[in-house]
Amino acid sequence: MSEKKYFFDKPENIKWIIRVFYSICLLLVIADFILHRHTTMAWEEMPAFYAIYGFAAYVLLVVLSNILRKLVMRKENYYDE
Amino acid sequence: MSEMPPFVLFFLAAILVIGIRGPVRKIILLATPVIAALHIWLNIDPNILSTYSILNIELTLLRVDKLSLIFGYLFCLAGFLATIFALQVNDIKQEVSGLIYVGSTLGAVFAGDLITLFIFWELLSVSSVVFIWARGTERAIDAGMRYLIFQILSGLFLLAGALIHYQTTGSLVFEHIGLTGIASWLIFIAFGIKCAFPFLHTWLTDSYPEATPTGAVFLSVFTTKLAIYALARGFAGEEILIYIGLTMMCFPIFFAVIENDLRKTLSYSLINQLGFMVTGIGIGTALALNGAVSHAFSHVIYKSLLFMSMGAVLYRVGHIKASDLGGLYKTMPKTTTFCIVGALSISAFPLFSGFISKSMVMTALLKEGYSYGWLLALFASAGVLHHAGIKIPYFAFFAHDSGLRPKEAPVNMLIAMGLAAAICIFIGVQPQYLYALLPWEMEYWPYDMTHVLAQLQLLIFAALAFVWMTVRGIHPPELRSTNLDVEWFYRKLLPAGAHRGLIFLSNTRDMILKNTVAAMRNSRDSFFRWHISKYHLSESWPTGSMVLWISVMLVTYLLLDIFVYK
Repeated sequence: MSEKKYFFDKPENIKWIIRVFYSICLLLVIADFILHRHTTMAWEEMPAFYAIYGFAAYVLLVVLSNILRKLVMRKENYYDE
Repeated sequence: MSEMPPFVLFFLAAILVIGIRGPVRKIILLATPVIAALHIWLNIDPNILSTYSILNIELTLLRVDKLSLIFGYLFCLAGFLATIFALQVNDIKQEVSGLIYVGSTLGAVFAGDLITLFIFWELLSVSSVVFIWARGTERAIDAGMRYLIFQILSGLFLLAGALIHYQTTGSLVFEHIGLTGIASWLIFIAFGIKCAFPFLHTWLTDSYPEATPTGAVFLSVFTTKLAIYALARGFAGEEILIYIGLTMMCFPIFFAVIENDLRKTLSYSLINQLGFMVTGIGIGTALALNGAVSHAFSHVIYKSLLFMSMGAVLYRVGHIKASDLGGLYKTMPKTTTFCIVGALSISAFPLFSGFISKSMVMTALLKEGYSYGWLLALFASAGVLHHAGIKIPYFAFFAHDSGLRPKEAPVNMLIAMGLAAAICIFIGVQPQYLYALLPWEMEYWPYDMTHVLAQLQLLIFAALAFVWMTVRGIHPPELRSTNLDVEWFYRKLLPAGAHRGLIFLSNTRDMILKNTVAAMRNSRDSFFRWHISKYHLSESWPTGSMVLWISVMLVTYLLLDIFVYK
């Protein structure tokens, strides 16, 4: 090995980080059932509303942007020609 | 002394540095924003009005209240940070125009009438374009020209609006205007161009990515936030601003997701952030307006931090394409860390600056019953996490290893980023100091259990979607591309249309000439073949003889007039 191994070069480190991340997700959902949130809207009363909304928004964003890409993507030097 | 407007300091410094080289010039550059901030703090009393009469018009060069004060401090602070970041650049053009740019922004913030505002509004445009042109590439020069056209146009709208406003009301004072007539709409559009309203936004996404690595940091701060200040003063509570703001929040995030140039991604993200402020101004309650102003404050710091980190990468690597970067954390760990702080702040994680300001606008939306607007804003918040919170740091510093091993950013850049990152965290942890500066009275504290839990769930699960897609390999890759936006109309359609139009016109001209000239030739030829053409009177005469005969005729009329018709 000529080059030094960095933190993210080791797969076990990444695996470990992802595991911690998944546990945080789990804890946040569990917290929603234990702690009481004040709500203004009817939607907010749904358990884990924010978690579901965040996940769905992100997926929707990526899907819609991929459709947008089909419409507006051109070559890199499009305006220079 | 207490009546000296702060812009004077910057303009004096700009003249001074032209003749000075070396470290002394750098000291002047750094000291000017600090002295200006101290001058505002120590010498200027709040509620001061200092007016000057020029040509029977009262110009108010200094109007101080809580709204102009907080923006005054903000611009001094941001100017100071950007100057530190740009310290290694030895380019007198950029240094002088930086001073004039910051100075004119302060001039506009403290302007008490529309004419003074207009003068600084235009100075701002002319001085800022230098940061784009200084890059020197053909693309930058063209983009700078388009930028300048938009900015000058905005100034013309402002001037026209101001003059009509003066005609109808007899006053030039810049206070609440409201959308009431043609003058107010003209001024509204002028502010709207500078604020990058939808369809008027392309000057921003077109030019900022072409600016110099350090110039983009300056540009990202002043122009658009001055427009926010102007809207907050002139059009607070106009409902149309809520819908404009919501549009600004939502549409740029799609473009930001697919954009490959990371500074262009940040430019789209800038519009998205402006959307939160514009919405707050549109709601117009004390909480919402304070939200808009405080969001402008925290936004300026984390957005310049993000532009700094991408500027540092551009400075070291030479380009800023997400598709060709990655793995830079190995050799630029400090820049990476600061960039992550900026990313956490813009995503509004609790304990970072975005959280304590954006939440005010969100709460105001809920309180005033805009529930669909609130859902859109929530969607946009998840979008911010994608393009600014994850995409910027992930594709630049992690993702696949690009093999690039650039050096860490220069020390002055690291200091500027470190200070900006520290301010982001300080505002996030101790928001009471920022809240104390806010112009309107309110009771608000962002840290309660509901709010923190909701925000964490939203962000962490949006991040979970990213992790899930990346692990599964279905997250769309970054691609080298140009993405069409509204600018297509004037960069492709209009030139192509103009080109076709010109060809059509020149063909028509040729056809008309050919036909009429041929017809005239034919009639002349046929006339000459006729026997009458042989007589003296039908010959063509020189112009001189015609002039002679006309003068003879005129003299005859004159003589007749004098002697006959008395």
